[in-house]
Amino acid sequence: MPSNTYDAIVVGGGHNGLINASYLAKSGLSVLVLERRAFVGGAAITEELHPGFSFTTFSYALSLLRPEIIQELNLVEHGFLPLLMPTSFSPMENGDYLLYTEDEQFNDQEIGRHSKRDVDAYHRWSHDTQKIIQLAKPLFDAAPPDIFSDDPSDAADVAWMLKQLGGADRKTLHDLVRFLTGSAADLLDDYFESDIIKASIASSGIIGTKVGPMSQGSGLVLLYHMMGEQDGHHGVWGFHKGGNGGFTQVMQRAAQAFGATIRVDSHVDHVITKDGRAIGVALDDGTEFSAPIVVSALDPRRTFTQIVDPAELPSDFNDAIARYRFQGTSAKVNFALDDLPVYPALKGRVDHYGGFINIAPSMEYLERAYDDAKYGWYSQRPYIDGALQSVVDPDMAPPGKHVMSCFIQYAPYELKGGDWDTERQAFGDTVQAVLESHFPGFGDLVLHREVVTPVDIERVAGLTEGNIFHGEFLAPQMYFMRPAPGYARYNTPIAGYYQCGSGTHPGGCVTGGPGKLAAMRILGDRARQG
Amino acid sequence: MMMKTTPFHARLNELNQTGLYGHWAGHLSSLRYDMSAKHEYFAVRNSAGYFDTSPLYKYRITGPDAEAFLAGIMTRDVRRCRPGQAMYTVWCDDAGYVLEDGVVFRHSDDDWLLTAADPNLGYLEGLIGRRRVAIEDVSADYGMLAVQGPRSREILAKLAPEVEDLAFFGLTPAKIGDAPVTISRTGYTGDLGFEVTVESDDALGVLDKIIQAGDGHGLRPFGEDALMMLRIEAGLSLINVEFSSARYAFTDAERFTAKELGFGWMLGKGGSSLGEDRPFIGRRAIEAELRDGTSRWATVGLWIDWQEYARLHTDRGLIVPKDETPLSWESMLYDGPNRERSVGYATSLMYSPVLQRHIAIARVLPEYAAKGSTVHVELTVDHEYLSVPATTDRLPLYNPPRKTSSTARELAAISNRSSVEPVETTR
Repeated sequence: MPSNTYDAIVVGGGHNGLINASYLAKSGLSVLVLERRAFVGGAAITEELHPGFSFTTFSYALSLLRPEIIQELNLVEHGFLPLLMPTSFSPMENGDYLLYTEDEQFNDQEIGRHSKRDVDAYHRWSHDTQKIIQLAKPLFDAAPPDIFSDDPSDAADVAWMLKQLGGADRKTLHDLVRFLTGSAADLLDDYFESDIIKASIASSGIIGTKVGPMSQGSGLVLLYHMMGEQDGHHGVWGFHKGGNGGFTQVMQRAAQAFGATIRVDSHVDHVITKDGRAIGVALDDGTEFSAPIVVSALDPRRTFTQIVDPAELPSDFNDAIARYRFQGTSAKVNFALDDLPVYPALKGRVDHYGGFINIAPSMEYLERAYDDAKYGWYSQRPYIDGALQSVVDPDMAPPGKHVMSCFIQYAPYELKGGDWDTERQAFGDTVQAVLESHFPGFGDLVLHREVVTPVDIERVAGLTEGNIFHGEFLAPQMYFMRPAPGYARYNTPIAGYYQCGSGTHPGGCVTGGPGKLAAMRILGDRARQG
Repeated sequence: MMMKTTPFHARLNELNQTGLYGHWAGHLSSLRYDMSAKHEYFAVRNSAGYFDTSPLYKYRITGPDAEAFLAGIMTRDVRRCRPGQAMYTVWCDDAGYVLEDGVVFRHSDDDWLLTAADPNLGYLEGLIGRRRVAIEDVSADYGMLAVQGPRSREILAKLAPEVEDLAFFGLTPAKIGDAPVTISRTGYTGDLGFEVTVESDDALGVLDKIIQAGDGHGLRPFGEDALMMLRIEAGLSLINVEFSSARYAFTDAERFTAKELGFGWMLGKGGSSLGEDRPFIGRRAIEAELRDGTSRWATVGLWIDWQEYARLHTDRGLIVPKDETPLSWESMLYDGPNRERSVGYATSLMYSPVLQRHIAIARVLPEYAAKGSTVHVELTVDHEYLSVPATTDRLPLYNPPRKTSSTARELAAISNRSSVEPVETTR
């Protein structure tokens, strides 16, 4: 066998590419992963950008990683270590705050400080959402059925899907539909009266998508972010040791342990096809590798317009891909800090910094932040999901010093009458001003600031229009329509060419679902073809 | 009457946000400090934590015959414990049943300290006979603080550089501030860790120095709840949980030999580690057990089948519980899913966050001792007795190299590390 020939080539060494390669290699295939950059991880990387300080440049927390992947790929053996976030902290405009901990009775007391009625409302919310998650989970964890096919095996999948939903009680199925089609604000209004409680939850309904909490569609984004778990606790998030780049390092070790070859600094120029079949790839330096299976972990636009020739694809498919919306709306601003910031109402305490610092002080604040983006500019008072990872993971910064990852919304990819390279520092200042207003003296602590605009996300991580999910979480581009009707089962119109990125079901975040489900599809096809 | 408090209590009480205490050997002992015991547990696995182990009974054993005295009682050959070393051992009755476990710390040829969970002074004194030995109960004279976790060496080295070279189960005199202390590389967490023994009057000052040294290193206090998770992962059988003292048993079913408790490593193959010319209490019975193969049980670790465990719950419409709080009762083990023949029991079953699996310490019939044997664990799901398969393994299930290694802390794996030296870390 010539040395440049493999059973499968995976284009892109992000988490889904590595997971896909691991499953294929575990099944005995010879697998080559080609990564454009000098290290794997894609958008889940940790970089020492300031000496001694480790930054999670892009993705920064874990929850949605499918738990069976941890077992099936022996990740614990390779260093998988998710760390508990003991708290979640939401500052308010008036200097008060909402602090969730791991202790339910403390939380009752804390919620009761804001509204006595909301204490049991919170219990009902938690239980009802768990039931919805339970209902949606089998669909989340399986390849979507092909409802456009007349093949009997596809009809069986459709019947399976309907059976999953058929077992639900009326209320839970109704709730599921309300989540999938409604707004986060409407859902939360059914339960809560306290604005800070609503805002602390609603912020998960806008992540990565150009919707406000009052927009229809934010319910779907909210539900998606609750589909994960940490040690069996639904909707709970954690940090990986060494940040999310620590996780992709674990994935790299696992993939290699299964026998996959990982080649970095290898920019795939195009997929080589012959008679409508993928037969290999060519790098931009002309090096060629051949394999009967080529899997793209890139987003749908890159997968179908940049590394293959659209002329090889059906025109209705090309239309669907052209309509698939990215419009990234998120940014990151990461800080190296000389000390912990001080929240005046909790001066002298640090235990509120164990997890997310959710700067969404009211529902109106979130919606107005969206208004700015709707008309083409970044929020003047943006939503910030902050995380002082070094509090829980001291290896992220020198002793006594800290890193703070800040996820920012809204930051539309296209600025009306401006451009990101010009606006970069002004945007960083806007974010820092919000932090300064909640944590007086914040600016004096800043040793280093890294502004990651949507354009940087596109350029560096290779995510089209900086969309962190490989395409927005909008109902028409989810499930059996992600990324295009008839091609939601990890296949493509080109034989032997597959897709395993977040632009396929279930979608974005570090879930590993696309990588795993695509591998199952590939192995199934291979078995059928004998 | 008030329950006693330890020499560290004044400060630790300030740090206890929960008001939760247990009673341990006559002292108040924090169950947890933080709203989350799991957070304390993670401190030990990921950075560092400290635990007040002062309630242990402590006996100072001195005199020219101290070594011979202990060698006549302890099951391990404590003569091999040299000055500057500590040794974990059990002691048995004449029938070879375990009375208790503890650690001997040998400060010099004829100066020893023994820790024990239960009172033993009367028993030990009754064994002195003609030997030139003095035993003093110094339980109240010293505080003991366990500092455990991957950062524990760095933190303590700032105060006492001696710890840098301290081998696993080594001990050294040192000074923290002006206070003389003993630091040993011992603990009950299965991680890199140390125990600091300090005179009671100096205890608070030493604690404050350690807390200060841990600033910025993620050091936090941990209580009994976190200790329980840590010691189960570390495969450490706890008296009054995994076993109880043969001294207070009514039947032999309640008694266990060292080998049955998983302490066969203390005895060596065929008793080869017991030492020449060393009659000790229980020796003949232990030798007979090893020779005749009469052990009734083996102590093993269990890995619960994760898929079956999940299915048992999801099939019934339940959320799959993954609770790190150990079950406080025995879970029976069977030969098959139909549960026809009982083959043992799990004493400590929990979900391990670092191992991402349900695990247990279990006692099984000897034929199930081989690594990889399958047993079926009885569980109650929806008020029904069901079972889930599990495979046996040698203890401990969690055993990081740093526990015994002498190398410096490894850097966490990240994607892109700059080659620049880290900035100055002292403040």
